[in-house]
Amino acid sequence: MATSNQLKRVDFIFRNENDWEKILSSTLERKPQELINELISSELKGRGGAGFPTGLKWKLTAESKEKEKYVICNADEGEPGTFKDREILSRVPYKVLTAMAICGYITGAKKGYIYLRGEYKFLLPELNKVIDEFEYYCKETNLDFKISIFMGSGAYICGEETALMESMEGKRGEPRNKPPFPTQAGFMGKPTVINNVETLVHTFTIFKYGAKKFYDLGVQYSRGTKLFSVSGDTPKPGIYELELGMSLQDFVYEFGDGDTKAVQVGGASGFLVPRKKFKDAAIGFKGKLTGISLPTGGSMMLFNSSRSMFNVLDNYLEFFREESCGQCTPCRVGCQQLLLGIKAVKRGEKPASYLDKLLRLTETMQYTAKCGLGQSVANSFSSIVENFREEMIY
Amino acid sequence: MSKKVNITINGFPVEIATGKTILEAAEEQGITIPTLCHHKDLCVAGNCRVCVVEVAGQNRLSAACATPCEEGMEILTNSLKVRNSRKQIIELLLAEHNADCTKCYRNGNCELQTLASEYKIMTQDFIELVPLKHFSIDAYSPSIIKDDSKCIRCQRCVRTCAELQGVNALTVAHKGDKMKITTFFEKAMRDVVCTNCGQCVNHCPTGALVERNYIEEVWEAIANPNKHVVVQTAPAVRVGLGEELGLKPGKSVTGKMVAALKRLGFDSVLDTDFTADLTIMEEGTELLTRLKKALVDNDKSVALPMATSCSPGWIKYIEHMFPEHLNNLSTCKSPQQMFGALAKTYYANARNIKPEDIVSVSIMPCTAKKYEAFRPEMHDSGYRDVDYVLTTRELAILIKQAGLDFNKLEPAKYDRLMGESSGAGVIFGATGGVMEAALRTAYEIVTGREVPFENLNIIPVRGSDGIREASIKIENPVEEWAFLDGVELKCAVAHGLINAKSVMESVKAGTADYHFIEFMACPGGCLGGGGQPIPTNPEIRRKRAEAIYAEDEGLPIRKSHDNPEIKKLYKDFLKEPLGEVSHHLLHTKYTKRERY
Repeated sequence: MATSNQLKRVDFIFRNENDWEKILSSTLERKPQELINELISSELKGRGGAGFPTGLKWKLTAESKEKEKYVICNADEGEPGTFKDREILSRVPYKVLTAMAICGYITGAKKGYIYLRGEYKFLLPELNKVIDEFEYYCKETNLDFKISIFMGSGAYICGEETALMESMEGKRGEPRNKPPFPTQAGFMGKPTVINNVETLVHTFTIFKYGAKKFYDLGVQYSRGTKLFSVSGDTPKPGIYELELGMSLQDFVYEFGDGDTKAVQVGGASGFLVPRKKFKDAAIGFKGKLTGISLPTGGSMMLFNSSRSMFNVLDNYLEFFREESCGQCTPCRVGCQQLLLGIKAVKRGEKPASYLDKLLRLTETMQYTAKCGLGQSVANSFSSIVENFREEMIY
Repeated sequence: MSKKVNITINGFPVEIATGKTILEAAEEQGITIPTLCHHKDLCVAGNCRVCVVEVAGQNRLSAACATPCEEGMEILTNSLKVRNSRKQIIELLLAEHNADCTKCYRNGNCELQTLASEYKIMTQDFIELVPLKHFSIDAYSPSIIKDDSKCIRCQRCVRTCAELQGVNALTVAHKGDKMKITTFFEKAMRDVVCTNCGQCVNHCPTGALVERNYIEEVWEAIANPNKHVVVQTAPAVRVGLGEELGLKPGKSVTGKMVAALKRLGFDSVLDTDFTADLTIMEEGTELLTRLKKALVDNDKSVALPMATSCSPGWIKYIEHMFPEHLNNLSTCKSPQQMFGALAKTYYANARNIKPEDIVSVSIMPCTAKKYEAFRPEMHDSGYRDVDYVLTTRELAILIKQAGLDFNKLEPAKYDRLMGESSGAGVIFGATGGVMEAALRTAYEIVTGREVPFENLNIIPVRGSDGIREASIKIENPVEEWAFLDGVELKCAVAHGLINAKSVMESVKAGTADYHFIEFMACPGGCLGGGGQPIPTNPEIRRKRAEAIYAEDEGLPIRKSHDNPEIKKLYKDFLKEPLGEVSHHLLHTKYTKRERY
């Protein structure tokens, strides 16, 4: 993947323009097909971390003949180290609502939901105000689209799109088998577009400024900008909108404290990149971690030399052990085994070679777990154990 | 849609009907893909992951049970990647499982054990989780024992309780490492809405849910020279028992079973079918009496439709879920309890044995019968009417322990006094059987003629549909029942509590215009009971049903009221149906229960 040469700060997402009514009404005058084509040509990919092409998702749902359809905004932002969606919802919520309404117009959905993370309850009063305003506008303009908020209850797994829908249906938050995908049978078994908060805001940008403006940013396969939640050992933690395709080296120059040992890209389910690989790593969507590109939901955690990588991994695994929904074997038992396993190696109860058995276990988890949670535990585990093996043992 | 898709399985091209899963496609080709959470009675869960297969072009493996075949798929069911992953998943399950197999009730019939053996898991490299957790055993129920340390979280029991039974006594709680199968507020099984039907036991792949067994107690009673041990065998046991003893499903083993019971040392081997016939006499008369009160006397207090009361799982269900409809239940005890009450009165008198010296054992296809025998009201003989209830599976264990070569046994006949039965008693074991038996008798009482069905086979009430309806028009009745002339007697049959629930909802709403409804807690009726051999599935139940109806056809007496021992019983002891003795010994009351 090509990398851009330097870090480019951009300001689209939080640009406060107060023109959502104009954008909405002018967009709704265009033909759905034309809008879908525009979205596809922007090459926008989902910003929750999985990177599914947004235009295609909307297209598939639009093509379904079902009468009842839904749009869901996934605001269950639960990935450790991510806090961008909260900021979007508190600063530019109307962009999200507008994008949902446009999505409803394109796909034929009349109902939208915001699945709000349990811990974000404090956003409710303001959000409800904006939704009221939005509803008033809809009534004035005869736009048949309603948005409600569904409160999550604090389970990480409910950020997984099908577990989220189960939870909305009043069931236990457990991921479903796929297929069928949400575009075929989502919420209440009906075709559903489910997008991350940030993804929706990008569609707003695209419909406002045109796909080309978005496409011209970023690099091949990774177009546009992305919000990054920067935390850890950095002098300037916060949220930054950056062009995709930057090298991790550039990122660390900008945000590191001069002693950066490793960066966790994409939260606990992402990859840990050690200093020696900063140069080769770029932030974008193509491929897996080969030292080349790192897809991400935007969490960037920096660790300096004072941090023990064993403790970091231990912390992640405790998190996964607890947050696995527990239904599928590889994830439920696998997470427990990984956590107990590294502790046993550290204490000398298991030989160092046991780490290799655990690495094979993460491979099995990646191949066989039912959903993204169990599949991606391998990411942080293998990237930490392979790069910091001695810290695991001694 | 009968479209086909072309795929390859392990390199061999095959054509598969659209919509079939990889698992079904492989099965068609004679390839077994191991499964644990999958069960043909239940919806797809896809959570154990042992059925993973490789689909060319995909890095991740797919769960065969949950993935439909698509055109052009190249599937590998046994690649190195598949085998290694599968093996590791089995190892993970074993690490979480109390794998003390020699001390397990399901030793020898455990799906996890079989899989571990197939994959030759000889070592345990992973850290054993069982000692680190505080698992408890719920052994408070007289029917079912739940041991969480043996649970593999496949959720088959949860799906069974929800989908087949609509009871939802078992649910999933917590997440991650604490995820477990439990009950409302983690109460004991005996304290929740559990109906003791035992379908969870039947569907559990391991020993996490088993029946409470009374094997040692029965051996002890048999060995006691001062005790006279009588045993009764329920209708459905004879068509299931063979499966536990090496025979294929669908084989009736009545004679061999009786022979085996005699060799085990029971003093008298008798038949629950006898009291099934008796139930028909009592329940049929009760129905006609209710109809008379309702239609002639215009008595508004009579509850119609009348519902059968043979299935103790159903009884506990209605007590919890529709307590306002207990009046609709027939007051008749189940055949087991009628037998128990008679064993320590009528039988004891006739054989001149002191009732306190009688130990009454019953062999049932059912775990709820254990609870039923345990009910405080079931002491009408002055003693506990039925002392020990064994399931079909426990009987097989007795036979194996005694070292009997079951297949070599010469068939024997039931002992007399309470050993004779009609075909109508036998079909109690299948869904619709009680209805059919009741109609054979009631119609004849009312009209003086046999039911107008060829060979007495009332086909409309048979079958496997969850809810079936039938009606029979009464014409030219005898004088006593003249008021029924022209009345269309409307009946319904429901099996599996989820179906019972929907029928009861229509009864509650007042939209059900039936006169008589047969309810059975278990899918297929008693032949699919929670105490029957494991495994169970629709195919096995179909075969057991065929065997039951064949047994009925083969019997010389087909109608309960023709059973000479029943006639004798009324002549010598009971006098008349619904008479005073009957009322005391054969009828009962029900208890309103809370849902929580």
